[in-house]
Amino acid sequence: MGLLSKKDSKLIMDPLADNNPITIQVLGICSALAITAQLKPSIVMAISVMFVMGVGNVVISLMRNIIPSKIRIIVQLVVVATLVIIVDQVLKAFAYSLSKELSVFIGLIITNCIIMGRFEAFALANGTWRSFLDGIGNALGYGVILIIVGFFRELLGSGTLFGFKVLGDPVEKTGLYAIGYENNGFMVLPPMALIVVGIIIWVQRSRNKDLIED
Amino acid sequence: MEHIELFFKSVFVDNMVFAYFLGMCSYLAVSKKVSTAVGLGAAVIFVLAITVPLNWLLDQYLLQEGALTWLGPDFADYDLSFLSFIMFIATIATMVQLVEIIVEKFSPSLYNSLGIFLPLIAVNCAILGGSLFMQSREIETLGLALNYGIASGIGWFLAILAIAAIREKIRYSNVPAPLRGLGITFIITGLMAIGFMSFGGMLTGGEDEATEESKEDTVGMVSTIETTNELTDTDLSLELKEDINK
Repeated sequence: MGLLSKKDSKLIMDPLADNNPITIQVLGICSALAITAQLKPSIVMAISVMFVMGVGNVVISLMRNIIPSKIRIIVQLVVVATLVIIVDQVLKAFAYSLSKELSVFIGLIITNCIIMGRFEAFALANGTWRSFLDGIGNALGYGVILIIVGFFRELLGSGTLFGFKVLGDPVEKTGLYAIGYENNGFMVLPPMALIVVGIIIWVQRSRNKDLIED
Repeated sequence: MEHIELFFKSVFVDNMVFAYFLGMCSYLAVSKKVSTAVGLGAAVIFVLAITVPLNWLLDQYLLQEGALTWLGPDFADYDLSFLSFIMFIATIATMVQLVEIIVEKFSPSLYNSLGIFLPLIAVNCAILGGSLFMQSREIETLGLALNYGIASGIGWFLAILAIAAIREKIRYSNVPAPLRGLGITFIITGLMAIGFMSFGGMLTGGEDEATEESKEDTVGMVSTIETTNELTDTDLSLELKEDINK
């Protein structure tokens, strides 16, 4: 990348694979799994988190020398909460049905551990531009997992992607359904999100032996 | 009756961890040993029992549309609900600090067992989630809000206790290397969540309201049970009619 130095591009690329916030650092699973039954809410969630993390990291990084360390958690919470309110109001104004679907999980971005974790570990100690890149990188790593999980759950669970019937019509028995394929309704239910993430972790760690625990 | 129903619903059917994945971060990070899991679980029950009723009061008398009427008729039109995220999280963060100070002062032994977990809890999704669900489900009275807080805390406690016990045992099993640690924990949690889904049928005998809500929550599971009930009912009545005809 010409625009970014090698060190900077590492900030973006690392969280995408070997230091992924969800599968390696185990942060931010709370709000991630419940909304991945379909692809569209997963993408909206990923974009929301990217906005909150990018801007939040910049704000915290700008203020890092004037925040007293004793009350830094409260300051961080206020910054995140403000950004999340912006996201929530924008969604309510422009995508009301989607914001109903995501219900409380937009609000729960506030307590998303990735955000607080990056504030603590990176933005409080680094410059503005690097903090911004770090925020975007981690949000991308988070978004990638969300989109993978959402993709498989929607495809296998309802046979659609973004609401389009890619596998044919289950009622009129076209496409794959003509030869006896059935939707696996189980994939839509919450427990399967956990199992899909478990399988992603399995695949990732068997490809990269360094990541294996114990 | 209302209280008992809400209690069991929050502990089992709408379990924080298994139905909504709330508080997963600390659930996965602190579940390696049963003793620490119990400490964190107790702290979660404690904090939820305090913050949910408190946020209920805030919601009722400050944030909801028309909540400010007690200030005078001029304020009846205000709707401050967009502020609820920041108010709730501020309440939670201050309450956690306050609880920490009070417990340290009055019960050092309790502080020693709970103390290290309290700061962790301010950013636990289960706590904020409890308040947000309380708001979105429009819980009616302060008593019910308290009940909801305690019950969802107990649900979370049960979940972390169970997974900690399983993880202590699984250390002696031969798990495939890439799955060790995190991966297998995810899959076990998934299996436990499937188990907990069977509690979804628990409330079908209740009032219509309750079944309607749980219908949404458990994705039609309850409704299928209901339809089968209806079917048997109609079958019975048909048989009865035939009997009468005879």
